[in-house]
Amino acid sequence: MILARLLSLESWKRGLWTIIRLVLIIGLSFVILYPIIQKISTAIKDKADLYSPIVVFIPEHFTLDNFKQAISIMDYWETLLNTFVLSSMTTIMTAASCAFAGYAFARLKFKGSNLLFGGVILTILVPPTTILIPIYMNLKDFTLLGLIPLLTGGKSLNLLDSYWPFILTSLTANSLKAGLYIFIFRQFFRGIPKEVEEAAYIDGAGIGSTFLRIMLPNAIPSIVTVLLFSFVWQWNDSFFTTTYLTSSKVMSTQLSSLPYNLQILLEGGATTNKDPFFMSMVQDTGILLAILPLVILYLFVQRYFVESIERTGIVG
Amino acid sequence: MRTITKRVFRSRTYNEQKALWGFLYVLPWLLGFLFFFLIPLLSSLQYSFSSIKANANGMTMKYIGFANYVEALTVNTSFNRTLTESVVNMVVNVPLIVIFSLFLAVLLNQKFVGRALARSIFFLPVILASGVIATLEASSLVQAINEQNANGGVFSSGTLELANIMVRSGVNQDIVLYLMDAVERIYQIVSQSGVQILIFLAGIQTISPQLYEASKIEGATGYEAFWKITFPMVSPLILVNVIYTIIDSFSRNNMTTLIKETGFTTFNFGLSSAMAWIYFLVIMIILLVSTYFISKRVFYQE
Repeated sequence: MILARLLSLESWKRGLWTIIRLVLIIGLSFVILYPIIQKISTAIKDKADLYSPIVVFIPEHFTLDNFKQAISIMDYWETLLNTFVLSSMTTIMTAASCAFAGYAFARLKFKGSNLLFGGVILTILVPPTTILIPIYMNLKDFTLLGLIPLLTGGKSLNLLDSYWPFILTSLTANSLKAGLYIFIFRQFFRGIPKEVEEAAYIDGAGIGSTFLRIMLPNAIPSIVTVLLFSFVWQWNDSFFTTTYLTSSKVMSTQLSSLPYNLQILLEGGATTNKDPFFMSMVQDTGILLAILPLVILYLFVQRYFVESIERTGIVG
Repeated sequence: MRTITKRVFRSRTYNEQKALWGFLYVLPWLLGFLFFFLIPLLSSLQYSFSSIKANANGMTMKYIGFANYVEALTVNTSFNRTLTESVVNMVVNVPLIVIFSLFLAVLLNQKFVGRALARSIFFLPVILASGVIATLEASSLVQAINEQNANGGVFSSGTLELANIMVRSGVNQDIVLYLMDAVERIYQIVSQSGVQILIFLAGIQTISPQLYEASKIEGATGYEAFWKITFPMVSPLILVNVIYTIIDSFSRNNMTTLIKETGFTTFNFGLSSAMAWIYFLVIMIILLVSTYFISKRVFYQE
């Protein structure tokens, strides 16, 4: 009888916990999804609905005007293409160079490699703002240790306002948060048993083919992690893009100048109405348009996170 | 003959080959590290000690000692305030984010219906809440007006009851207080803890299930199992997450904006570099202190 009571208390507790867990998860999911839902509902609202007290989520006058406005101001399709090219380019090059470096730091030890890995940690720890200005100056008059002036006859290259800064930094594994990716790859490769490598060597594979044909196919979860992180962070980054690219149209620069452009349009156009709420509405639509490609991308790759997080290499 | 083959063979032992290839693989990173990190870092230090004048012929630099640092700390009107603000923000937010993400990771590791969906929702902030979007979101007027319509926030009425339920279900009082604080700034916390949840979840999944089975047989409750097994086993990751959270806050605070504005709007490179170095030193001190205190309590299996 005592046992039965104990059992019932246990099951009571368990039931209560299930309910709390449900409430917490649904509540927090709502908190995360709330801004997105709100943006969607704002984007399809008419201006008249903005002040209507009855309208909360589902608009009374459905319209796509906000989308049209935001698309034309942001030059959306061109911006989308530019951003996509820039992000995928840097993503692929960063992932490749970081995978090489990470593998070397994990398995191909040489004299001083631990010291160099300390350098990787240092790149993670130093805030990018600290080195921003010298890099900017360096790229403005790019000489590559005085080699380029010799070739072009005394003139240095101005690499700003082109994709070259991104290409150079990602090829050399020093782009945005690249230290973190090297760290992830290193942790992952350390987790693969040494015997795999030795077996490949005995079967006649060199170091290069061992890495490309044995280790890389095993590292797909960590590759997906790095690809996604790098793509998303590059897409959203406003810190480096606004510094390096001053006139080129990419998503984050367009998005941050959207309020300004909208203001100019409203002042110069037929409508002299400069309603701050309307501006905010178009801005929200712009944000929605900017994150839409990322959400679509996430829908495809999220199962790699959900199914096999333990193999993403973050912990190793 | 034999010695020759021996020598040829010896010149390329497996280990030597590995070292050679290792160096080749690291080489791109090393070049980038020198050109895009180490040299800029040193010249930034040099800038911070000099006054820089840009003219038609390029730049002229003059060594002026600590004048830029003195100016940043005593003359500049917004530097001190921004620095204290971002440091205080960091110190308050980091424990909240780490505790919250550990809690959620434990929650998301349990088996329940719709777990895959819940997980993909909770990692969504990794994508949405970074960079320019987060900055713009804070200034959204539509959001503000909707919150007004919804009678002041979404959660304020439910907070107290939730806390009561948790106290009754046997959760520690301090944790409840912490959570109350977190609930009030819930969106900020949730949106910054995506990667941390990922890291903790990965760590929890590497704990061997035998430990939990054995403790269950011995009669441990879920609460005890958390504090005696899960918590010590993921404690190294707490350190990782604290460091990650501190680093992550670089990209979204006012300090970064101030440094960038000083450099690129008023073109005072010397002052901007000095600010950046003070900021870097403050961060390093925080990192060292927190690493010291946490690593004393961290449990390693070896």
